[in-house]
Amino acid sequence: MSDETRKEGIARRDALKAMALLPFAAAWDFSTPQIARAETVFAPEFAAAAPYEAKFFTPHEWRLVSILTDLIIPKDERSGSATDAKVPEYIDWLMADEETSRDSRTSMRGGLAWIDLQSQIRFGKTFARATDAQRKQILDDIAWPKKARPEMSQGVSFFNRFRDLTASGFFSSEMGYKDVRFVGNVFNPGYNGCPPEAMAKLGVSFDVMKTRIKPE
Amino acid sequence: MAAYVLTKAGANVLMLEAGGKWFASHGDSKMMVPNYSTHRRGGSTRLKPFGEFDGCVGGWEIDGEPYTTAPGTNFAWWRARMLGGRTNHWGRISLRFGPNDFRGKSRDGLGDDWPISYDDVAPYYDKTDQLIGIYGSKEGIYNEPDGIFHPAPAPRCYELMIKQASDQLNITCIPARRSVITKPLNGRQACHYCGQCGRGCATKSNFSSPDVLIAPALDTGKLTLITNAMVREVVVGPDGLATGVSYIDKSTGMDMKVNARVVVLAASALETARILMNSKSSRFPNGVANSSGTVGKYITDTTGAGVSGYIPKMEDHVTHNEDGAGGLHVYMPWWLDNKKLDFPRGYHIEVGGGVRQPGGGFMGGIQRYPGGGGYGKKLKDDYRKYYGATVSFDGRGEMIPNDDTYCEIDPRVVDQFGIPVLRFHWKWTDHEINQIKHMQTTFRSLITQMGGTVFDPMPSKEDGYGIADGGTIIHELGGTRMGKDPKTSVVSGNCQAHDVKNLFVADGGPFVSQADKNPTWTILALAWRTSDYITEQMKQRAI
Repeated sequence: MSDETRKEGIARRDALKAMALLPFAAAWDFSTPQIARAETVFAPEFAAAAPYEAKFFTPHEWRLVSILTDLIIPKDERSGSATDAKVPEYIDWLMADEETSRDSRTSMRGGLAWIDLQSQIRFGKTFARATDAQRKQILDDIAWPKKARPEMSQGVSFFNRFRDLTASGFFSSEMGYKDVRFVGNVFNPGYNGCPPEAMAKLGVSFDVMKTRIKPE
Repeated sequence: MAAYVLTKAGANVLMLEAGGKWFASHGDSKMMVPNYSTHRRGGSTRLKPFGEFDGCVGGWEIDGEPYTTAPGTNFAWWRARMLGGRTNHWGRISLRFGPNDFRGKSRDGLGDDWPISYDDVAPYYDKTDQLIGIYGSKEGIYNEPDGIFHPAPAPRCYELMIKQASDQLNITCIPARRSVITKPLNGRQACHYCGQCGRGCATKSNFSSPDVLIAPALDTGKLTLITNAMVREVVVGPDGLATGVSYIDKSTGMDMKVNARVVVLAASALETARILMNSKSSRFPNGVANSSGTVGKYITDTTGAGVSGYIPKMEDHVTHNEDGAGGLHVYMPWWLDNKKLDFPRGYHIEVGGGVRQPGGGFMGGIQRYPGGGGYGKKLKDDYRKYYGATVSFDGRGEMIPNDDTYCEIDPRVVDQFGIPVLRFHWKWTDHEINQIKHMQTTFRSLITQMGGTVFDPMPSKEDGYGIADGGTIIHELGGTRMGKDPKTSVVSGNCQAHDVKNLFVADGGPFVSQADKNPTWTILALAWRTSDYITEQMKQRAI
């Protein structure tokens, strides 16, 4: 992980600057259990009243990214869609960020162009103008790496990365936290290990801690 | 630790810190900030490789502070530039070295024995346990000595499953040992289980030195702290004794000198070696305390490899807060006899998995799960189903010092302060590579035993079976190793320089060998022991 991390960001950026934007509620009294979720002190992501202006994507790419992210994470009975969670904004911000390498930017633009090109070759129109069925026909060819035909490999590679980014943007949003029912990141002095109903489901109990294998 | 013990003993201490002030309890911690509060969603940056909210100011790259590597060397050097240094960046895994770990050479002929034994350090481990606090359990395992423990937190679900699988595979698995307090201690509050030790604990419930050691040292009125002071040289007088140090005041760029009766270097193992090698004079042409020529030699890092996998049984987890104490609650100490194996020293296993706070990089590589990728409603359901259904195993093993692994002053390169930088030479031997292969095999059997599927194929022998590059586990030790013989070591068993009797080392530099134990607890115990020795020597006017 560390190696990859180091290779990722080549551009300069003062992380402290980003931290300075986040005044932590230092005055909180941590000795009382009244600490609620820290989230309430933070403005929700990308929630400004003014419409978001893309810093990286062209208007044409923006449209394509919005369609693609919603095809990947659509709205359903439990939560909204990728665009509802402002995933295109998230990806645009990351792409424009100083930490993002020129190669990553090129591969993002190139991957989107590859999708658009497929649509033009197959249907004589851009992905944005294609029908829902036509769009899915392209995605069906690249969304399952093991089943994909060899000539689709560049599309598969792009889609793997793009799907990761979309999921990352969606599930790390406040909507995403609620969707996967993440209930941690809170003051939790009563923590007591794996709860009984989970132990029952997994077929374990605290009794497994009683046995000991002695080292040789 | 040295500043704490020495000020408590009544000495006036001046501490020079290359970075700035930082106290988790004074609002510097980003504890409990949700990842969605920033555009980056808690993701890593070049200067914050462990995530933007991580408590440590530092990383493998620091602007203006380069280092170089010899051709063929893969090594990365972590530096922390803040009060408390690396104690702001660690897993709080606190393992005592055992009796065998001080006498490796006597046992298998490799490396060297320490000039001191477990019994010499044991009282200081006890004192460290009591002052700083540690959770764990009494196990009575000879080479994993018990400490004075707070109760370990109850295991998480996946940790119970790991324990079960370990039993089936005859692998010792016991409650973890971490410096997190689960009961109030010395005015500090018990852990509140937010799971974010790495961001710095605003309630001081885990150990990092600013809140736990430096603050009380400052309270004595005996400690003067100068921050943004980049030490470059130990200054030596005509009598061969240290008179103080020179440092660059980073705010003005000016070269400053401070005088002291005793100099203690605790800059981190390799930085300390760098300072000594840069302290050249006609009297000490190879640097101070380096008549043996061994400063910068016998350096090691912990060996590391990791394997993760998907566990079908853990799909659709029962919703609950699994954060726990910010690190593992169980671990596997070294459990095998090397006489039956093709490598000489052991490793321990650290475990991870389960439900973590979503953030940048959430569940990357979904195509590796049974769904095989896809998109749409089915994919969204797959993320929900597989979220938290993984486990990971990380091996942390002992590297044996070798002659091809060392650091020296680069003859051409200086940092932005004009100080010559280190050049690294790093080589693994079959001792480490065979050990890593064993780790890989073990972790894969554990995942299989749990009914799971390993995500990535076994790395090839050419890739060292996936051995992590030197420096990336961030346990660099040695470079000023201790020994009885001044010809083959830099400091004595009391961490006193053989060549300069008022110069001491209180970081990981004096370690003779690694052990498969995270080094922090031993660094703390040795620093305490050294500080007691300094106090006694000063009282006797011997220094």
